[in-house]
Amino acid sequence: MKKKKRDAAALSSELIRRPIRRWFPVFLLPTLVCFCIGFIWPFAQGIYLSFCTFNTPKDATWTGISNYVKAFRDAGFVHAFKNTALFAIVSIVLINVLAFAIAYALTQKMRGSSLFRTIFFMPNLIGGVVLGYIWSMIFDAILKHYSTYLTANATYGFWGLVILVAWQQIGYMMIIYIAGLQAVPEDMLEAAKIDGASKSQTLFRVVIPNVMPSITICMFLTLTNSFKLFDQNLALTGGAPSVIMNGAKVNMTELLALNIYSTYNINKNWHGAAQAKAVVFFILVASLAIAQLTATRQKEVQQ
Amino acid sequence: MKQRYKQHYSRGSNLLTAVFIVVGLLWIVPIIAVAVNAFKTNAAVNQNAFALPNADTFVGFDNFVKGMTFGNYPFWKSVGYSLFITLASTALILICTSMAAWYISRVGSTFTKVVYYLCIFSMVVPFQMVMFTLSTTADTLKLNTPWTIPIIYLGFGAGLAVFMFTGFVHSIPLEIEEAAVIDGCSPIRTFFSVVLPMLKPTMISVGVLEIMWVWNDYLLPYLVLDRTKYMTIPIHIQYLKGSYGSVDLGATMALILLSIIPVIIFYLTCQKHIIKGVAAGAVKG
Repeated sequence: MKKKKRDAAALSSELIRRPIRRWFPVFLLPTLVCFCIGFIWPFAQGIYLSFCTFNTPKDATWTGISNYVKAFRDAGFVHAFKNTALFAIVSIVLINVLAFAIAYALTQKMRGSSLFRTIFFMPNLIGGVVLGYIWSMIFDAILKHYSTYLTANATYGFWGLVILVAWQQIGYMMIIYIAGLQAVPEDMLEAAKIDGASKSQTLFRVVIPNVMPSITICMFLTLTNSFKLFDQNLALTGGAPSVIMNGAKVNMTELLALNIYSTYNINKNWHGAAQAKAVVFFILVASLAIAQLTATRQKEVQQ
Repeated sequence: MKQRYKQHYSRGSNLLTAVFIVVGLLWIVPIIAVAVNAFKTNAAVNQNAFALPNADTFVGFDNFVKGMTFGNYPFWKSVGYSLFITLASTALILICTSMAAWYISRVGSTFTKVVYYLCIFSMVVPFQMVMFTLSTTADTLKLNTPWTIPIIYLGFGAGLAVFMFTGFVHSIPLEIEEAAVIDGCSPIRTFFSVVLPMLKPTMISVGVLEIMWVWNDYLLPYLVLDRTKYMTIPIHIQYLKGSYGSVDLGATMALILLSIIPVIIFYLTCQKHIIKGVAAGAVKG
């Protein structure tokens, strides 16, 4: 399927190609210029600056890999790294199990299923900063009954963030699962019924194998989303509480993206290390995304 | 046919509906809590955020007035900038990237392939990677105003949009455009009166994704814009919360309520397109 499309593009007839080429300044140039300003240049400069000591890009001096050494020696970064991994695992399991269960229930014959769909998806329209403040108010109100508050304990902050993100993303994943479930061939389900399969047999032997592509997509979406999470983290706890660990201040509820951001804001001596952290972060996120792409491609081939 | 289906709700399905009403409440209560607390005094919000306002704690629209005028930066200005930035950026992205995608797909040279793969590459780069250099670049080029920030959004958001448009343009049969060229259409005319109408469904998908992204984006405008002069809604709410030693929760909730009402209206009116757009965008990963 993919191959065919590519051939069609390659055969794009001269009749069309030749006149279009002359219109390069109109069609491609504006996007290309903006793409260079908004992405290519900052990206290249970012890689370069991660090997420099700098305050602003103009006064950068090459210092080799010292920024990377400094980044990995930073207890806060290491903690954020572990925190993010743990957070990713918990939220992947929680979000996908719940989203699949909800999607499965909503695709059964059921009163009000489209209304529930609308409700569950709604939080996706609200921005992360706003969501963070809404939930910090709610968590504080609940924890008040136990005479404590959200930023008193890193455990509260961690699980608070898990609940917030689950609340937000379940609806999103649900939509993808519903699309997958609706594509399960009707005759397969009928055949299973005629053969006397029980409901759970049908679910595990017929439905789930058929929605595997959706499961892969959702797993990786939740994975990359949890790694890239920033706004919610900033607004809910902002990294608080912080403790002193090996003589360095460590924000206990900080995830990677927020840690990079707060490293910039320490002082100018940390700019280089922050940029190095960002490069490490980029390599991490990019490899996850590439793993996803290969996994989905393989699934496509199998089908 | 449809009616026959409608009549059969088993007892099990009614039970399921009952369970979902309870679960659904978990999704609605936080929003209701915002709406309720927007009308209470700050002390009352701190005391018990789940209580309904009573005669002592009800303050009417005071919180709205307080929130909107707080800190010598009027809230309506943030709303205006948010609206402008979202609409202008989305329009710019839709027009420029659809044209670029058509060019990339139809010319198919080595150069356009490189551009295309760079676009795909940009989709996996997290914003933190470029945030510092992007904000200094924007400052140097004087792109740090709401009127020019759409250029930054186009640049950073081009990847996904070009990718989605190119995928669709590939599936349009060439014969239609060939016919247009033979009839004497210039590329401009071919694009705008033949290709563009066919791109409409993808336009809606991409448009929805971009609107949701730009409207809710906090960090990019925060770093790029000159904050003393320009704020967007997320920046304003963060500023309100961050700049006060002890936060006025009532006023914060009032502003949050004001900022989510348009979003919810937008969602309820364009729900079908939004959900379709999300499903289409998700496949990209």
